[in-house]
Amino acid sequence: MPEKLTVHRGMATWGEKLVPLDDFRRAAAETGQQLSPEDREAVLASYRAPAGDSTPVEGPYTRIAVFGGIYNNHLALTAVLEEATRRGAEAVYCLGDLGGFGPNPEEVRPLLIQGGVLAIQGNYEESLASGREDCNCGYTDPRDNHFAEISYSYTAQNSSPDFKAWMGTLPRRRRVRVGNRELLLVHGSPRRINEFLFHSTSPAPFLEVLLDQNRCDGILCTHTGLHWHRHLASGRDVVNVGVIGRPANDGNTHVWFAMLEAREHGLGVDLLPLRYDRLGLAAEMRREGLPEEFVETVLTGWWTTCLEILPARERAASRF
Amino acid sequence: MNAPEVALKSLYTLWFQVGGTVCNLACTHCFVSCSPTNHTHELLTLAEVKPYLDEAARLGVREYYFTGGEPFLNPEMEAILEATLAVGPATVLTNGLLLDPARCARLKTLADDAEYSLDLRVSIDGYDAESNDPIRGTGTFERILAGVRNLNDAGLNPVITVTEVCREATTDSGKEKFFALLRAMGIERPRLKVLPVFQIGAEAERGGAYESWQRLKEGDVPEGGWDHLQCSGCRMVTDQGVWVCPILVNEPSAKMGETLADTLGAFPLAHSACWTCHVYGVSCRT
Repeated sequence: MPEKLTVHRGMATWGEKLVPLDDFRRAAAETGQQLSPEDREAVLASYRAPAGDSTPVEGPYTRIAVFGGIYNNHLALTAVLEEATRRGAEAVYCLGDLGGFGPNPEEVRPLLIQGGVLAIQGNYEESLASGREDCNCGYTDPRDNHFAEISYSYTAQNSSPDFKAWMGTLPRRRRVRVGNRELLLVHGSPRRINEFLFHSTSPAPFLEVLLDQNRCDGILCTHTGLHWHRHLASGRDVVNVGVIGRPANDGNTHVWFAMLEAREHGLGVDLLPLRYDRLGLAAEMRREGLPEEFVETVLTGWWTTCLEILPARERAASRF
Repeated sequence: MNAPEVALKSLYTLWFQVGGTVCNLACTHCFVSCSPTNHTHELLTLAEVKPYLDEAARLGVREYYFTGGEPFLNPEMEAILEATLAVGPATVLTNGLLLDPARCARLKTLADDAEYSLDLRVSIDGYDAESNDPIRGTGTFERILAGVRNLNDAGLNPVITVTEVCREATTDSGKEKFFALLRAMGIERPRLKVLPVFQIGAEAERGGAYESWQRLKEGDVPEGGWDHLQCSGCRMVTDQGVWVCPILVNEPSAKMGETLADTLGAFPLAHSACWTCHVYGVSCRT
């Protein structure tokens, strides 16, 4: 018989045996470490200290365009490349998630190559290139998982092995100089490819530590589908550039991208709406037999699936 | 036998045992055996919380969670939330019994005025009184729903948290029953989280304790490391110091220090509850 361990309500459960409360308190007081004030300061300082990073620095540029989350929306990709040229971007960067949601994944690659787009891997590319069976979005709601699965398997089945292999060659991060500011480009966050950085759950003290640990003046990310910008007390910036693949869940049908510019007093950050042929996209999605729930998002600007990842505030502003 | 150790990758989530182990309920599955008379940990005051918030900001903590016991038994709970929401997003885990319309209105104002997101989680253990009340107490099902309704009326949409004591919550069709219950109450966008049970505290008596083989052993390290364990990214503050996680607060050996800086080292996965976190991939976060 395996040994049974026991505890009792109202008593401290120490070592899963019955113990009197005073004994618990005494044991707790004697446990753990208590560093000296000097050592505590040293620990806090070393926690924020930058880790080594050999990522080469690209640029310097005066003006760049940055976008994320194509989601197979090649019509928006065409539009953003035209807009970047029109606005004088010297380089165009894509922060990953080329596939999912929209139609005909193979349409995206020639546009990226002809447009000279400098891309990094998103969780979609990581999953597709490694042959994973899901998008690694991390949903728990069965309805979200149902639609995430349709989206992922459609993209997986309609992307050539060659394209998937190419995705695997994309770097996971880039460093780019705009004026005198060094920017770190990542998909989710500098810590994790599928970490969601939403506006209401990315507090300034957290972002300052990320900037310190990665020794940069700014971080550009995507992955959540919702764009935002925090200009921090330290003078540094964190920008979620949003996505061009689908609207930003606010009832408007346009999508979003970012222009970063060297300005006299630092970094200019412009988050910009982008119009594209959404009716053409909706028609193509229907021809491909993609769920009507996805088409509805393109036509109304409201997300209909994968909403569970939204924090309370972003969810409250959501229609569904 | 030595236990494998998990390093703190980054201090991502900071918990506060803000209600101590004091609760207005005495649920039969409570892994910290909370009750009106359990004073293992006492309520935290705003003055006790503040230095930890300052230290947490220096460490770039991303999010704050408040639990107990029942957090809203703490007379300073709303002041603590206001102070927290100035430095990051906050989530309160509550049993829902103290959510009268006036409090819900104040929480809504707090949420609207804050820079960061405020979220609430309300625990329930069944989709009817017959399944819930034997666990949480007679009459609690209706009282919990009243609290949820008050939140919804105030414009706050809580996450409903169910443990696997409710067997049906583990299946898609069972989850759908919870969604249906909430929709019938007028909650258009129901949110649900299901947690496994930890066979310690009161639950050890109700459902049975761990057996001696349910422990992690040296060499058990999975291929991807221990990043799936919440203790690789969290710590828990109680009135008696800083603990490794929200589960082990009744375990003196899981106390790691007095300040957050004391507790940034590795922790041995020596407890049977660690086995559950690993096997079920548990995170107490929403």
